[in-house]
Amino acid sequence: MNTEAPIIEVEGVVAHYGQREVLKGIDLAVDDGEIMVIMGGSGSGKSTLLNHLLGLLRPSRGTVRLLGRDINRLPAMELLELRRRMGVAFQSGALFSSLTVAENILLPLREHTDLDEHTMAIIARLKLEVVSLSGFGDLMPAELSGGMVKRAALARAIVMDPKLLFCDEPTAGLDPVVSSSIDQLILRLRDALGMTIVVVTHDLDSAFRIADRICVLEEGRVIAIGSKDEIRSSGSERVQNLLNRRSKEVTLDPDAYLRRLFGEG
Amino acid sequence: MTAFSRLVEKVGRGTLQGLDEVGFAAVLLAECLYWLAAGRRKRQPVRVAAVFQQAREIGVNALPILSVLTFTIGVMLAIQGIYTLKTFGAESRVATGIALSVVREFSSLITGVLVAGRSGSALAARLGTMKINQEIDALTVMGIEPVRYLVAPPLVAMVVMVPALTMWAHLVALFGAGLYVTGQLQISFGAYVSQVVEALRLADLGHGLAKSGIFAVLITLVGVVNGALVSGGAEGVGRMTTRSVVHAISAIVITDMIFAFAVTR
Repeated sequence: MNTEAPIIEVEGVVAHYGQREVLKGIDLAVDDGEIMVIMGGSGSGKSTLLNHLLGLLRPSRGTVRLLGRDINRLPAMELLELRRRMGVAFQSGALFSSLTVAENILLPLREHTDLDEHTMAIIARLKLEVVSLSGFGDLMPAELSGGMVKRAALARAIVMDPKLLFCDEPTAGLDPVVSSSIDQLILRLRDALGMTIVVVTHDLDSAFRIADRICVLEEGRVIAIGSKDEIRSSGSERVQNLLNRRSKEVTLDPDAYLRRLFGEG
Repeated sequence: MTAFSRLVEKVGRGTLQGLDEVGFAAVLLAECLYWLAAGRRKRQPVRVAAVFQQAREIGVNALPILSVLTFTIGVMLAIQGIYTLKTFGAESRVATGIALSVVREFSSLITGVLVAGRSGSALAARLGTMKINQEIDALTVMGIEPVRYLVAPPLVAMVVMVPALTMWAHLVALFGAGLYVTGQLQISFGAYVSQVVEALRLADLGHGLAKSGIFAVLITLVGVVNGALVSGGAEGVGRMTTRSVVHAISAIVITDMIFAFAVTR
C-alpha cells in the first residue's frame, strides 16, 4: 500500500511440536494498512503461525519482526511495550469469565493507562458502539451468544487503538448473516482507524470478502500468496483444490496400508 | 528384567517431572517477588484491590467453617487429653498439654489443610480454566504479565491470611477445649485461661505462625503449578484440581514434621 517497511516480516520460520516439523520455512510480509488473510485447512499450520506472530511460541529457526522489532530478541520490557500497540481477538474470544463485558474491555486501559474511570468508561462504551454491542456491557461473557463473544473480543482487542490487529477465525461457527456483519466490521476498522489486520481463517467466503492479499498455507508451507484475483486465477492444483473444496486425492498403497493396520510402522 | 527396567524408567520419569515442577514453583516464587518489588517501576504493579479481593475470599470467607473445625478439634483434644492424663492422675495439668498442642501444631495444620482444600484448589481450577480458555494467552498478548496479575495477589493474600486464620484458630480451639475442661474438672474458666497463658511462651506462638506462613506459600505455589499444567479440557481441570489438593496437603504435613524436627530439638 505504501513504500514504508512492512509492519510484519516473517523470515524462514521453522517450528516443531516435539519431533514433528509444523512450519517448514515461512516467509511473509504484511504492509501498512493492509488486510492479510492467512488461509488454510485444518492442520495446515495457520494457528501455529499465528502463535508465532503473537510471540506465544518461539520458532526453532527464523525471525518474526513486528513494527520493525524482532520479537524473539526484544528485552521483556520492550516486548510488553510493543504488545500495547497490538490487539488480538482469539478464536474462542478468551474473554475473562469472571469479569463483565465492559470490565473485559476496560482491563487493558486500567492496566496500561492513567486515565480516570469516567474517561475509561466512555472509551469502553465507544468501542462497544463500534462493534454494535452497546447496552451489553453489564452482561457476563457466559451470557453472550457466539457472535456477541466474537464482537466483544474485537472490542477488547481495539480498545488501545492498536496499530496492528490479529483475528483468529473471527467468523468460525457463526451463521452467514452474523459472519458477514463481522467481515463488515473488520473492513470498517481498517478504513476508519487505519489498522493493519491479519486474519487467520478457513472460511473462504469471508476471506474473499475482506482480504487485500491472501496467503495460503498447506502442510506448514506457503503455497500461494497474492491478491484475491491472483489467488483465484492461481494455476496451482492445490490452491484450486482448496478454493473448490475438493479433498486431496489419496492414492492407496495396499502393502503400506496393511503394514499400518498391523502396527508394523 | 524388562518389567524391572520399565519400573526404573517410570520412577526416573516421575522424579524428573517432580523436579521440573519444583523448579517451576521456584521460578514462579522468584517472579512474584520480582513483580512485588519492581512492578510499580516497570508499570506492572501488583494491584492492592486484587490482593484485598483474594484476602476476602481466602480469609474472611473461610472463617465460619474454620471456626467449626477448630472448635471441634479443641473439644476433641480436651477429651483425649483428660483421658490420657488420667493414667497418671494428672488431669489437672491438661490445660498445658492442650495449649501447647493447639498453638504449636493443630491450629496451623488444620488451617493449612482447610485453606488448601478451599482456596488452593480454587486457584488451580481458576488458572486451569483460564489456560484452556486461552485467557492466559490473552493476558500475555495484552502486555499484562500473567504472573504479576494472577499469581502475586493470591500469594500475598495467602501469606497474610493463613497466619491470621491460624491466630483465630488458636482462640477458637482453646475456647472449645476450655468449655469441656472447666465442665469436667470443675475449675473456673478464668483458672483455665491463666493455666493456658502460663503454659505458653512467645516462641510457641512463633513456631505455629512461622509454619503457617510456610504453608501459605506452599498452598499457593502447588495450586498455581497444577493450574498451569492443565491440559485436555474440563477433565484436565478436574484432574489437576484434585492433584493440587493432594499435593498441597502432603507438602503441608511433611513440611510440618521437618520444621518441628529442625526447630524443636
